[in-house]
Amino acid sequence: MANLRTGIAFSLIALCVVAAVFAPFLAPFDPFRGGADALLPPGSKSFILGSDHLGRDVLSELIFGARVSLAVGISAALSASVLGLVVGSLAGFFGGWVDGVLMRTSEFFQTLPRFVLALVIVAFFGSGIFKLIIVLAVLSWPPIARLVRAQILSLREATFVEAARLSGMGSLRIIAREILPNALAPVIVTGSLDIASAILLEASLSFFGLGDANLISWGGMLNVAQPYLRQAWWMAVFPGIAISLVVLSFNVLGDALNDALNPRLQETA
Amino acid sequence: MWFYILKRVAQALPLLLAVVVVNFVLIQLAPGDPVTLLVGDFPAPEEYVKQVRAEYGLDRPVAERLVLYLGQLARGNLGYSFANRMSVAELIGKRIGPTLQLMFTALVIAIVIGVTLGVVAARGRGKLADWIAQIGALVGYSVPDFWLGQVLIILFAVTLALLPSQGMRSARSVATGLDAFLETLPYLILPATALSVRFIALFSRITRSAMLEVLNADFVLAARAKGLSEGRVLLAHVLRNASLPIVTVIGYNLGLLIAGSALIETVFSWPGVGRLMFDSITKRDYPVMTGILLFVSLTVVIANLLTDLAYAALDPRVRYTR
Repeated sequence: MANLRTGIAFSLIALCVVAAVFAPFLAPFDPFRGGADALLPPGSKSFILGSDHLGRDVLSELIFGARVSLAVGISAALSASVLGLVVGSLAGFFGGWVDGVLMRTSEFFQTLPRFVLALVIVAFFGSGIFKLIIVLAVLSWPPIARLVRAQILSLREATFVEAARLSGMGSLRIIAREILPNALAPVIVTGSLDIASAILLEASLSFFGLGDANLISWGGMLNVAQPYLRQAWWMAVFPGIAISLVVLSFNVLGDALNDALNPRLQETA
Repeated sequence: MWFYILKRVAQALPLLLAVVVVNFVLIQLAPGDPVTLLVGDFPAPEEYVKQVRAEYGLDRPVAERLVLYLGQLARGNLGYSFANRMSVAELIGKRIGPTLQLMFTALVIAIVIGVTLGVVAARGRGKLADWIAQIGALVGYSVPDFWLGQVLIILFAVTLALLPSQGMRSARSVATGLDAFLETLPYLILPATALSVRFIALFSRITRSAMLEVLNADFVLAARAKGLSEGRVLLAHVLRNASLPIVTVIGYNLGLLIAGSALIETVFSWPGVGRLMFDSITKRDYPVMTGILLFVSLTVVIANLLTDLAYAALDPRVRYTR
């Protein structure tokens, strides 16, 4: 059962990646160009999923929207993971006041309401896609940093690290060669779950009208759909399904990775 | 216990100060004239702009500005919204009631359904019910709640025309007190449901794993051996001991609840703080945005503090180990 679940999730993500990469070839219409055929229901006049209030094809918008969701989700989670790895390693390795300062900082970021802070920052500094990625990464690194730190603290005492130390390896080399590779598994799991939450957060910001105005995003489509809920359900329903499926797939993938990489934890979850 | 309370409060204070400083830094770093961020992108009278410049010392060094900013906040001055012709504190005060009503209703729904699902899943571990509850939790955790709100509107307000979907009572309503509350109920159903789904998922997962941890403990075996009914064992022994992680998750997720309600209020035109946030962003009414950020951060810090204290009150071990 679990394998089937993972297989479906993986296929959906692959489908989304294909849509994002080959969007211009796959989309039946130009998603940026409208026309006279506004608010047509799905199935009419070769608009498979209907058209929006400006006569743009909803399916084509969806295909192009995959680009923003994937780009923001993956880049933000990746940057957050790298940031978390660096901060966590520094804190775990140096200990003392460095550890204190870094961990208080991460606590602070974890306490702050992420969404509201992101809203204010994006509203102040403008909302290009790169700014969005940076903001999401800066707000998402603390759990990973704490994880890496905890791993380093426990692995530092392990026998194979002791052996490396006795054989004369330098501290930095021990961290890079011996400790980090062993601490990586939980980071990969958290990172893939972070992709899901970054995609959700991007969609929420775009729904608030703070997405990149030059790009089509699923959250932005939901924003546009809000005044048309009574006339054109398809404008809201399809982008929401797309977001839900992709987020669900990355969550399932995270769980599957967790089971695969931490066999010992399998029974407690 | 008193020592523990004092210690935790003392730890929360720097966090609060840090929140204020971040807010200050954001205003300073943002592109453009900081006075726009304090007044809002709105045609304000020239004298007021001058007054703000003087009050916040915008022509002075940064350190001095921070002190002046802290001074204004200490006096409860969160700024003034020209778009609304009202002080930000007053504006938030007017909107906080509906937000609390929405959040509280959603939380009650989420706790009742989420904990029940978690108990059912843990009891029938590995069986069909458990499997369905787990998939349900995964889906509930992945679906954007504001989109769920839109779908509920399409289904129950548009297609079936059963429930109202905008605002919290009829525009012509003159009801007060209990009547007003009763009139609000049908308006509350859809937004509260949409807001609760993510938390139902969260609570059912936590309840399930917390239950599983104590389900095979010796004291549960003892209770069973004593001949207690299954219901009593579950309620008085298992759930009671599993309640700690559940309480913690509720307390720590208040920030998530506030974020969710901001989006839900926008979808349902619910006249709360979240809707105010949305309006302030579309109007570029900066003082309201920073005011709400401060207010929400404060609420979250205080909620976390209360959660920790509740935890210590429920579990005496915490007081001594930390």
